[in-house]
Amino acid sequence: MFDAIGLQDFLIVALALFSLGVYCVLTRRNAIGILMGVELILNAANINYIAFSHYGSANYDGQLYSIFVIMLAAAEAAIGLAIVLGIYRRFSSIDVANMKTLHG
Amino acid sequence: MNLSSVESLAYSLPELILVFATVGILMLDLLITRKRILGELALCACGGAALASALLAGAEQGYLFNQMVALDGFAIFFKLFLSLSAFAAVYMSLGSRELDNEHPGEYYTLLLAAATGTFYMASATNLLMAYLALEFVSLTSYVLTGFIRASRRGSEAALKYLIYGGVASGAMVYGMSLIFGLAGSLDYATIGERLLVPSEANGPILFIAVLLVLAGFGYKISMVPFHMWSPDVYQGAPLPVTAYLSVGSKAAGFAMMIRFFYVALSHAGAGGVWATIEGLEWPNLIVLGSIITMTLGNLAALRQDNVKRLLAYSSIAHAGYILMGFVVLSDAGLRAMLFYIATYYLMNLGAFTVLMMVLNNSDREDMEAFRGLAWRGGALPAAAMAVFMFSLAGVPPFAGFIGKFYLFAAVIDKEMWMLAIVAALNSVVSLYYYARIVRTMYLDQPLKSDPVMTTDWHSGAFAGVLAVGTIVFGVYWRPLIDLADKSLVFFRG
Repeated sequence: MFDAIGLQDFLIVALALFSLGVYCVLTRRNAIGILMGVELILNAANINYIAFSHYGSANYDGQLYSIFVIMLAAAEAAIGLAIVLGIYRRFSSIDVANMKTLHG
Repeated sequence: MNLSSVESLAYSLPELILVFATVGILMLDLLITRKRILGELALCACGGAALASALLAGAEQGYLFNQMVALDGFAIFFKLFLSLSAFAAVYMSLGSRELDNEHPGEYYTLLLAAATGTFYMASATNLLMAYLALEFVSLTSYVLTGFIRASRRGSEAALKYLIYGGVASGAMVYGMSLIFGLAGSLDYATIGERLLVPSEANGPILFIAVLLVLAGFGYKISMVPFHMWSPDVYQGAPLPVTAYLSVGSKAAGFAMMIRFFYVALSHAGAGGVWATIEGLEWPNLIVLGSIITMTLGNLAALRQDNVKRLLAYSSIAHAGYILMGFVVLSDAGLRAMLFYIATYYLMNLGAFTVLMMVLNNSDREDMEAFRGLAWRGGALPAAAMAVFMFSLAGVPPFAGFIGKFYLFAAVIDKEMWMLAIVAALNSVVSLYYYARIVRTMYLDQPLKSDPVMTTDWHSGAFAGVLAVGTIVFGVYWRPLIDLADKSLVFFRG
């Protein structure tokens, strides 16, 4: 029965993950929560790349792309957490609704 | 030519100079105590990269690094431009008092790393390389934005930049994955060939994919509705970083966007006219983006009292003007874009340099810091600022006017009247807030409490050079437009 799983199923999972990521980004007020939403979006793209590469093209371009995305997501998380830590020291909160120094 | 990785190094001298300088500064930082040398070394590296880029102009065109990046006229134009932007940013950093007590070693390392990333943004011909280059520039810019540790505004700006940037590039990667699925390739030229043949791939999914990719590019060039980060980040970041983001990183975003949309999603016809691929009318979308971007930028700038924030909105409005050349799908439009980006370098960096001199002198960056500037020892900075402001507004005989003239000519040639009229109205609106700064400097009398303006000759000379450039290219612009014309070469294999 597993034969029935095809490209389309992977794309639907990826789309669901992408939508959840966007929802998370739009509704969360906690900075780390927003960064987690970004990770979901990136992983949705990874599923797409691997699925397209597996079912479609003859080379490994898609798989390679997803490895790079994973690597950059880690780099972004490292920088992101450092910035959030700085924010916590300065504002004693990581709620983005409290960031009101700059406006207008 | 299509070179492998090792062979390509011979044609990557500008990037190699920057990479070695980046690593060298990081290591020298541990050894020497006189930190100013680090900045001077970074300045030399940027100058060297500019020279090396200029020397590449005669080289054979082709693909480097196994078709990851292209070496063509377009890439060389932007390499030259981007190394000069980095040069200006380093030069301004050396003269900025804001950065005095920070860590220069790490600062210049990050700045040069960002510059290296922008080089690859301008020359990437592969979706993977484009993503890597864009993220490289973004990650270094986040840190540079929040570089001043004690600054609340800086930390907040960095967080906002990180969040908007992360979401925009995430959406872009998802869009790229859909394009990869539809075209079966990551290479721009191959994508262009495969999508050229009308098939079921050219449907609404492709449109959505392009829209998602546009989020990533739109965020780099601060196009509405992806502009939300830029006023806050421009205001919160250290001034030299703001200047770099508004010129270098923005130009690199435009370069990347032009290459993606023109090489992968359009094809060149006869007589310098381009056509979009079937079933994907992206110019309509960007016409709308251009109109909204310039209008929103100008209207928001009207009520700003902080000059740094005002220049941020002005920079959004200028992204809208530059997009006018993008939508006409002709060589004339692209040439006008390159020309405008070059003149924008002169006048915008000039405005930021004068603002930095005022900031160094009075620790303020609002409109009141400019009150009566011309009558309290700042006659020359005030005169230079007036030149930059009128040029940004598009008043003859300055370079900004010629730039706008070419953009309007390209749009009117295509008979896009709506866009031309909105842009003309916008220029009138923008004159109000640019002239307001000039009025504050000349017609308002200084108060007794306003400090006497003292200028250091470094920044003064830089502002002077930029002001002279703004005037010279407003009168004799032939060489620059010829250079832009020659640079419209896209290598597609």
